[in-house]
Amino acid sequence: MSAGMEVIYSGLKQTPEMIAEAAIQEDVDVLGLSMLSGAHMILIPRIMDILRSNSAGDILVLAGGVIPRDDAEVLISEHGLSRVFGPGTDTNDIVSYIRENVRAG
Amino acid sequence: MSDDADEIIREKERWERETLAKALDGLPERKDRFMTVSSREIDGLYGPWDLPDFDYDRDLGFPGEYPFTRGVHASMYRGRLWTIRQFMGFGDPDESNKRLKYLIEHGAPGMNVAFDMPTIHGLNSDHALAEGEVGRDGVPCDSLEDIERLFADIPLAQVSTSLVIAYPPIPAMYFALAERQGCDFKKLMGTFQNDSFCRDVAANVRVLPRKAELKLCTDVVEYCTREVPRWYPISVVGYQIREKGCTAAQELAFNISDGIEFVTSFLARGLDVDDFGPRLSFMWNAHNDFFEEIAKYRAGRRIWARLMKERFGAKDPRSMMVRFHTQTAGCSLTAQQPLNNVVRATIQALAAVLGGTQSLHTDAFDEAMALPTEESLKIAVRTQQVIAEESGVANTVDPLAGSYFVEKLTNDLEEEALEYIAKIDELGGMLEAVEQGYIQHEVAKAAWRYQKEVESGEQVIVGVNKYIEENEPAIDLLKISHEMELAQKERIARLREKRDNVKMRDALDRLREAAERDENLFALTMDAVKTYATLEEVWDVYRDRYGTFKESSLLVDSV
Repeated sequence: MSAGMEVIYSGLKQTPEMIAEAAIQEDVDVLGLSMLSGAHMILIPRIMDILRSNSAGDILVLAGGVIPRDDAEVLISEHGLSRVFGPGTDTNDIVSYIRENVRAG
Repeated sequence: MSDDADEIIREKERWERETLAKALDGLPERKDRFMTVSSREIDGLYGPWDLPDFDYDRDLGFPGEYPFTRGVHASMYRGRLWTIRQFMGFGDPDESNKRLKYLIEHGAPGMNVAFDMPTIHGLNSDHALAEGEVGRDGVPCDSLEDIERLFADIPLAQVSTSLVIAYPPIPAMYFALAERQGCDFKKLMGTFQNDSFCRDVAANVRVLPRKAELKLCTDVVEYCTREVPRWYPISVVGYQIREKGCTAAQELAFNISDGIEFVTSFLARGLDVDDFGPRLSFMWNAHNDFFEEIAKYRAGRRIWARLMKERFGAKDPRSMMVRFHTQTAGCSLTAQQPLNNVVRATIQALAAVLGGTQSLHTDAFDEAMALPTEESLKIAVRTQQVIAEESGVANTVDPLAGSYFVEKLTNDLEEEALEYIAKIDELGGMLEAVEQGYIQHEVAKAAWRYQKEVESGEQVIVGVNKYIEENEPAIDLLKISHEMELAQKERIARLREKRDNVKMRDALDRLREAAERDENLFALTMDAVKTYATLEEVWDVYRDRYGTFKESSLLVDSV
């Protein structure tokens, strides 16, 4: 029971530069970042910067994992992250969110 | 079956027809299936009919005697309570040193050190991939200097330290410090996790190709077996794979299969099973289903005892014992209504104690979102102390033995685990099973199934899919400053200047030569770290020799 979306797995040990580049090259609609190590306040803004400076700021960027609420608020309001899906998220909610918010076309 | 047994079964059937049927007529059961968190279905009633073959001597025996089902010591907690051993590490070595002292001050003397992601990957705090990661989920350790800072004012001869790290470099740094403190290596006590499998499938942590990592594990074990005989040079860990979403039976099977692979490797190195056998330790998860977990620990002891005796020919009973550490399940913690996590950790800790753990870590209530504050950590410590001192469960050994339910569960878990172990054997052992993707697939299936059961409401998580509260207030969380990362980077730069670089390069050259000859690298790694070669510089020698891990894209198709 897949949701009909093509998923590209970037692999591990990726720098922000490598992730942003892959997202741009593959021309993705959505970029999902799994962040468990607590490095989100450094790495996510950097990824957002690179996307923006390459005119890819309309990619829907989502994050999940261990991201406290106040950090999530800053990432969303100041860095252009679209949404954080934290622990306890229902997978159906992620799918609906993507369908409703992904860029058209 | 005996006449008495037949009689009981007839009576049970009568009870079902008459009393139970009537009760269910008036009040149907709440659910279609009553399941554990591993999706194991549980019956309404257990009795002698569930144990037709039960043989006390064969199946349980006495604590401290084969097959150790009831515990590895004769008097268990009446002799000595389990060690409170809280996993910790963050920020920088000075910060973590403070936290170690805080724990000792509050009655939790078992040290259990977590290292950060760059360190686990053999990278210094100033490596490009370390950006933003330093000290976030463990303490950074860039060189012997950081071990010195971490254990400042702590006499290593008087403590039992667990270092949650694999392969020679950091163990070598610890022993180098112990040597400098004049410790008697024949008496030094502690544990290295040193498990190359536990973070592989579960956390995708791999530095070198798998066979090379196993070789380095074996180097540590060989060195310790000969030079540090009271040390536990490996902890065979099932915690992480359980966190990844597998079932209790799979946790048993996969971890024991890891153990089989390790024992095989140590034997191939020429060590005698009874030389290293008594120094093997284990680690289990303490997950939500209270009775399933208790049964799991008991089944684990019985399986391993029989395995070591029958498969590996161990003669020393101490080689057959599962001495284990337990950590309560991090994956069960919720970000929603975090104080509920105190209750979860309590129940899970209680299961571990009733299962006979030798040491225990209780998660703090805020750990779904951050590392613990001093306050949340203290509550976790007090949880164990209340269980130990007030609940009465430590008054007797293996109190649940003889419970029809618990003994049946113990048998079922053993049976299911043995099936998996046989399957993994067929595939060629754990390393092969992982290379082929079999383990990953089984874990993903189990994790997905559980997720779907949560989403359908069949598995309830209080605060997440039932008893939900909107607009919860935020709680204070531990913040780790970026300044510590910057300070750590500066230290490495200064270290490179003040050390004797000629001596350092010499030591690395000798290490490199030994690596070419596939010798045991522990002693020469110790020489290298004593010259203040950095962690990454030592790892680069390993990487040059063995290559780095190449990830194959094992796409787990939709389950």
